[in-house]
Amino acid sequence: MPTFVYMTRCDGCGHCVDICPSDIMHIDTTYRRAYNLEPNMCWECYSCVKACPHQAIDVRGYADFAPLGHSVRAIRDEEKGVIAWRIKFRNGKKDLNLLAPITTKPWGKEIPQLASVSGPTKEQRDSQLLYNEPKYIRMDEGGLHTLESNGLVIKEGVYY
Amino acid sequence: MAYDTIIEDGIDILVAGAGLGGTGAAWEARFWGQDKKIVIAEKANIDRSGAVAQGLYAINCYMGTRWGENNPEDHVRYARIDLMGMVREDLLFDMARHVDSAVHQFEDWGLPLMRDPKKGSFLREGRWQIMIHGESYKPIVAEAAKKSADKVYNRICVTHLLMDESKPNRVAGAVGFNVRTGNYHVFKSKTVIVGAGGASNIYKPRSVGEGAGRVWYAPWSSGSAYGLMIGAGAKMTQMENKIVLARFKDGYGPVGAYFLHLKTYTCNGLGEEYESKWFPQLQEMVGKEYLDVEASHKTHRPIPTCLRNHAFISEVNAGRGPIHMVTMEAFQDPHLEEIGWHNFLGMTVGQAVLWASTDVDPKNQNPELTTSEPYVMGSHATGCGAWCSGPEDLSPPEYFWGYNRMTSVEGLFGAGDAVGGTPHAFSSGSFTEGRLAAKAACKYIDDGKAAGIVVSDKQINDRKEEIYKPLEHYTINRNEVVAGTVNPNYISPRQGLDRLQKLMDEYCGGVTVNYMTNEKLLNIGLQKMKLLEEDLEKVAAQDIHELLRAWELKHRHLAAESVFHHTLFRKETRWPGYYYRGDYMKVNDDDWHVLTVSRRDPETGEYTMEKAPLYHIVEKDA
Ligand SMILES: Cc1cc2nc3c(=O)[nH]c(=O)nc-3n(C[C@H](O)[C@H](O)[C@H](O)COP(=O)(O)OP(=O)(O)OC[C@H]3O[C@@H](n4cnc5c(N)ncnc54)[C@H](O)[C@@H]3O)c2cc1C
Ligand code: SF4
Ligand code: SF4
Repeated sequence: MPTFVYMTRCDGCGHCVDICPSDIMHIDTTYRRAYNLEPNMCWECYSCVKACPHQAIDVRGYADFAPLGHSVRAIRDEEKGVIAWRIKFRNGKKDLNLLAPITTKPWGKEIPQLASVSGPTKEQRDSQLLYNEPKYIRMDEGGLHTLESNGLVIKEGVYY
Repeated sequence: MAYDTIIEDGIDILVAGAGLGGTGAAWEARFWGQDKKIVIAEKANIDRSGAVAQGLYAINCYMGTRWGENNPEDHVRYARIDLMGMVREDLLFDMARHVDSAVHQFEDWGLPLMRDPKKGSFLREGRWQIMIHGESYKPIVAEAAKKSADKVYNRICVTHLLMDESKPNRVAGAVGFNVRTGNYHVFKSKTVIVGAGGASNIYKPRSVGEGAGRVWYAPWSSGSAYGLMIGAGAKMTQMENKIVLARFKDGYGPVGAYFLHLKTYTCNGLGEEYESKWFPQLQEMVGKEYLDVEASHKTHRPIPTCLRNHAFISEVNAGRGPIHMVTMEAFQDPHLEEIGWHNFLGMTVGQAVLWASTDVDPKNQNPELTTSEPYVMGSHATGCGAWCSGPEDLSPPEYFWGYNRMTSVEGLFGAGDAVGGTPHAFSSGSFTEGRLAAKAACKYIDDGKAAGIVVSDKQINDRKEEIYKPLEHYTINRNEVVAGTVNPNYISPRQGLDRLQKLMDEYCGGVTVNYMTNEKLLNIGLQKMKLLEEDLEKVAAQDIHELLRAWELKHRHLAAESVFHHTLFRKETRWPGYYYRGDYMKVNDDDWHVLTVSRRDPETGEYTMEKAPLYHIVEKDA
C-alpha cells in the first residue's frame, strides 16, 4: 500500500489523482477506479484521503514496520472549516476522536487581489519594504529593522 | 515523439515550483509588478504540493517584534550558533526582519494561529515557534498565489532552465513536460524564481520496501531546486551541510512541540539522562566556542542541534539504546495528550498510524526515538543552496551583486530550500524569501536588465529531445528481453535511485556507516557517481510517470554530486552529529571559518571550489 482504494466505494472521479503530490494515484484502465501505483513513494500525507468525496481511500500502515488491524480516518470540510479525525488502535483499547479547525475565515475570501490594491509608490520601491509593510511587521509601531536602527555593524571575518 | 510543444511567451516572472517559497513569490510579485506577467509551473498541484502538503502544527520562525519578543539579530545569533558559525547573516537578518509580516498576513487569510490566553500574543512552543492548526496551511497560501498569478500550470515537471543566447550567464526561462498529457512546455521568461524545494531520498532511508516513502522530508522533494540551478551553472554554498534529524522512530513524527511545549525529555535504554555525559569529550572536538554548557545555561544559548545528535548517536553506539522520549508524565494531562496527537495529525499522520498499529499509547509507554538518514535542504536546521546576493543595506561587497536573492546567474532567483546559508527559515521564512525575491525580480526587469533575451529554436528543440530520451530508450530496447525488469541496455528510475542511495550512504556518510566518511571514501564515491551519470543517459521510462521519476533522479544526482564535492573540499568535521570526516575529526576554525562555494561548469561538468569570507553582523551574546 500504504493508501488503497475500496473497490465498491470509488466511482473514478479522479479527485485523488488530481491532488496527490507524488503523482501515484492513477485510474486503473480496466476497473476505471483509482489505485496507488507506487506505494513506496507514498508519504501517507492523506491529501488523497481528504480529497475523496466517497471516503473510498484508506491507509494501511507501511508493511516494513506497521502490523495490521488499526485505522486512522479523516474527514475534512472546507465549508465548516474543520477536520475530524478518528484513530482506532489495533488492540481496540483506544478509540480517539479529534476535531481541529482548518480556517477561521470563509474559504479564500479574505485574501486581497494585489492587482487591484493601489500600486507601490516610488518611495516604497526604493526602500526595503514589502507589501503591507512596515504596518504588518510591528503593527504600526516603528519601521523596518536596519543595521543602523538596531545598532549593528558588519564585522569582517571575525568570531562572535 | 508525438507530444505537442506548448510555448508560453512574454513571461516576466516564472515561478518554478510553488511550495512555501514559490507561493510567497507569486503572491508578492503582483504588488510590485501589477502589469507584469506572472506564471507558475508546478510539478504537483499547488493546493497540496511541497513539504507542507499534509500541513504543519507550528510555524517555526516568528520573531514577535510586535510583542517585543525578539529582534532579527536575536534570530541571527540563534541560527548562527545552531549551525556552528556558518551562516549568511545578511540573508538571515533580512528574512527575520520581514517574517512577521508574512505570519500576520496568514492570520488575516484565515490560518488558525493559537493564542496565549494571558498575554494575547501567539501561543509559543519555544522561543521561535508558534503553534497553529495548520492542516490547511498549504491550500491557504496556494489561494494567495492563485489570486496573484496570471496562469498556474500544475503537473509540469520543470527539467531545465533556458539560457539567454545574447548574453552569457543570463536566464531566459525554463522547460519541462506535463506529467499527465506528456506535452512539452516552454516558458520564455525574463526572470525565474526557483522554489523547487530540497532533497529527500538522496541517501538510503532507514525504511525499506513498501515503506521506503516514509522519509522525514517529503519523497517528492527531489532536489530539483539544486538540480536546476547547478545545471545552469549557478554557484552553490554549504552543500556539505546535510541534516540528520532526531525524531520518533519509524514514523518520523516531530519532536519540537514535545520538547518545547509538552516539556517531555529523553533518556537512554536504562532510563538515564545521557546527553550531558558526552559533552566534555565533544567539547574537545568542537572547542568551547561552540559547546559551552555553562554559558548556554546563563544566556539560554542553545546547544547546536547537530551536537545533541552526536550525544544521541554516541549513546546508542555505546550499547545503551534505545533512546526514549519520556511522554508518560506529560500525557497524564488530557489537554497535553490531545496536543500530542494533534501534532501528528496536523503534519505527520504516518506517526499516528504507526502508534495505532503497534498499540503504542504514549500515556503508558515512552516511545522510541531515532536519528534519520541525511537530507539536503536549506530551510530547516541546515543551509544548503545557491549562493545568493543579499539586500543592499545589509550586505558586504562579496555578498552583494545588486538584486536580493539573485543567484550568480543573472535573472535567476531563489527562495526557501533553494537559497544557501539561510537555515531556520522554515515555512514562514521560505514564504518571506519568495516575497523578497519577487520584489527584486521586478526591480531587475524595471532596470532593463532583462532586455534583448534570445532563445533559439535549436535550444528549445535540443532540450525536447533530451527530455524524452528515456521513453525512446525504453521503446528501442525493451523487446530485447522476454519480460521483467532486467535489461542489459538500461536501468529503470527506481534502480537508479537505489544505486544513488546506496552510494551516498556508503561513501558520503549515511546511516549504515554511522554518518562517517573520509577522503578515500569520497574519492571512490565520486568515481562511482560518474559511472552512474553515464548510466543515467541510459535510464529508461515506460511511461510519463516514469519519465517524471527519471528527471527527479537526474536532479537528485546533480544535488548529490555537489554534496560529494563540498564534503571533500571542507577538510574538517564542522557539524558532528550530521556527519563526520574521519580523517579530520576536529573543527578547524583557523582554516575553515569560511563558507564553501562551488560551481559546476555546465559544459564540462567540472567543479571549481572556493572559500568565501564569513562576515558577522551581530555581536555574540553578552
Ligand atoms: C515533516 C516536516 C515538518 C516540518 N515542520 C515544520 C514546522 O513545524 N514549522 C515550519 O515552519 N516548517 C516546518 N517544516 C519546513 C518547511 O516545510 C520548509 O521549510 C518549507 O516548506 C520549504 O519551502 P520551499 O518552498 O523551499 O519548498 P517546498 O515547500 O517543498 O516547495 C517545493 C515545491 O517545488 C515543487 N517542485 C519540485 N520539483 C519541481 C520541478 N522539477 N518542477 C516544478 N516544480 C517542482 C514541489 O512540488 C513543491 O511544490 C517541516 C518540513 C517537514 C517535511
Ligand atoms: S497519501 Fe499522499 S502520497 Fe500517498 S497516495 Fe495519498 S496523496 Fe499520494
Ligand atoms: S477521489 Fe475517491 S472516488 Fe474519486 S477516484 Fe479517487 S478514490 Fe475514487
